[in-house]
Amino acid sequence: MRELSLHIMDIIENSISAKATLICLEIIEDKNNDILKIIVKDNGCGIDEQDIERVKDPFVTSRKTRKVGLGIPLFEAACLRCEGRLNIKSKKGKGTEIEALMKYSHIDRAPLGRIEDTIVSILLYPQLDIEYRHVVNDKEFIFDSREIKKVIGEDLTLPNILQWIKEYIKEGIEEIGGGVY
Amino acid sequence: MKTIKELEEIRKKTLDVVNQRKDRTTTRIVVGMATCGIAAGARPVLLAIMDEVSKLGLSDVIVAQTGCIGLCRLEPIVEVIKPGEEKVTYIKMTPEKARRIVKEHVVEGKVVDEYVMHVVDGKVLNDYSVQND
Ligand SMILES: Nc1ncnc2c1ncn2[C@@H]1O[C@H](COP(=O)(O)OP(=O)(O)OP(=O)(O)O)[C@@H](O)[C@H]1O
Ligand code: FES
Ligand SMILES: [Mg+2]
Repeated sequence: MRELSLHIMDIIENSISAKATLICLEIIEDKNNDILKIIVKDNGCGIDEQDIERVKDPFVTSRKTRKVGLGIPLFEAACLRCEGRLNIKSKKGKGTEIEALMKYSHIDRAPLGRIEDTIVSILLYPQLDIEYRHVVNDKEFIFDSREIKKVIGEDLTLPNILQWIKEYIKEGIEEIGGGVY
Repeated sequence: MKTIKELEEIRKKTLDVVNQRKDRTTTRIVVGMATCGIAAGARPVLLAIMDEVSKLGLSDVIVAQTGCIGLCRLEPIVEVIKPGEEKVTYIKMTPEKARRIVKEHVVEGKVVDEYVMHVVDGKVLNDYSVQND
C-alpha cells in the first residue's frame, strides 16, 4: 500500500469485523528518537492466544471467501522494511492492540498519507466510535467522535457532516505539523 | 479554522434530512473495503462518492462500506441498491467512474452499463484480468 493511512484503514477493518464499537488510534511521530509509532486498539472479540503469532502468517485467516489473509502480513512487511516491527496483543473477549514501529527517517518508509480520509471512511459505520490522538514531538491533536456526537447527535454519516470532520482533522494535523511525510 | 459552532449550524440544516431518511426508503451506495479493495484504490473511490453526494445535495442517499464482496480481482467494487430495483454491481471503479455513477445512475436513473459486472452461467464476462492471465 502506498500510504500508511491505508494500512491503518485495513487494520481498523479487522476491528470492525471483530465487532468492535470503539477504536483508539494513536500516531506518534517522535522525530527526536527517529521513531514512528502507530497503535490501533479495539474492544472487539479478540484473538485466541495460540493464534496471535500465527496471524502474521498469510495463511491464517478467519475469512471464508479466500484462503489467505493479507492485512496483517502486509503491514508487518511495511514495518520490517524500515527497521521496525509489528506487535500484536490481544485478549479473547476483551480486544486487540496492534502496534507498528518504524524508523522515522528510513528511506523505505511509506508516507502517512490522508489519515482524515481513513477516519471519515470508518465513521460511515454509525455504531463505531473512534478516538484519535496524533503526536508530533511535543505537539498533540486529539479527535474523539463521541465528543462530536454530543454536539450533533448520533448520526455522523451525513455527507456534509463527514466533510466537516474531514476538514477539521486535516487542519488539526497540519497545525501540529503532522503527516507531512 | 473549523469551529464546533459551524458544526451546530450544519446540524440545524440537516436535522430535517435525518428525519426524512428515517421514514423514507433510500438509495444505498456500498463500497467494498477488504484489503484487496483498499489496495486497489477503494478509499479514493469512496471519498469521491461521498464528495459527489454532498455536492449534489442528495439527502436521500446513504453511502456505506462493507468488508468483503468476494471478488478480489474486480475491486474496487461499488454496489448501487435502489428501493424496489435489483442491485447493480459496478467493477474496477475509479473516482471518475464512481462520480459518473452517482450522477447518471443514482440521480438520473440510467444504469452505466459499461462498468456493470455481467455474469452468465456463474462466469464474469467482463473480467479482463482473467482473460489476460
Ligand atoms: N482486531 C482484530 N480482532 C480480532 N481478530 C483479528 C483482528 N485483527 C485480525 N484478526 C484475526 O486475524 C486474521 C488475519 O487478519 P488479516 O488482516 O491478516 O487477514 P484478513 O482480515 O483475514 O483478510 P484480509 O485483511 O486480507 O481482507 C483475521 O482473519 C482475524 O481472524
Ligand atoms: S477479499 Fe477481495 S473482495 Fe473480498
Ligand atoms: Mg484484514
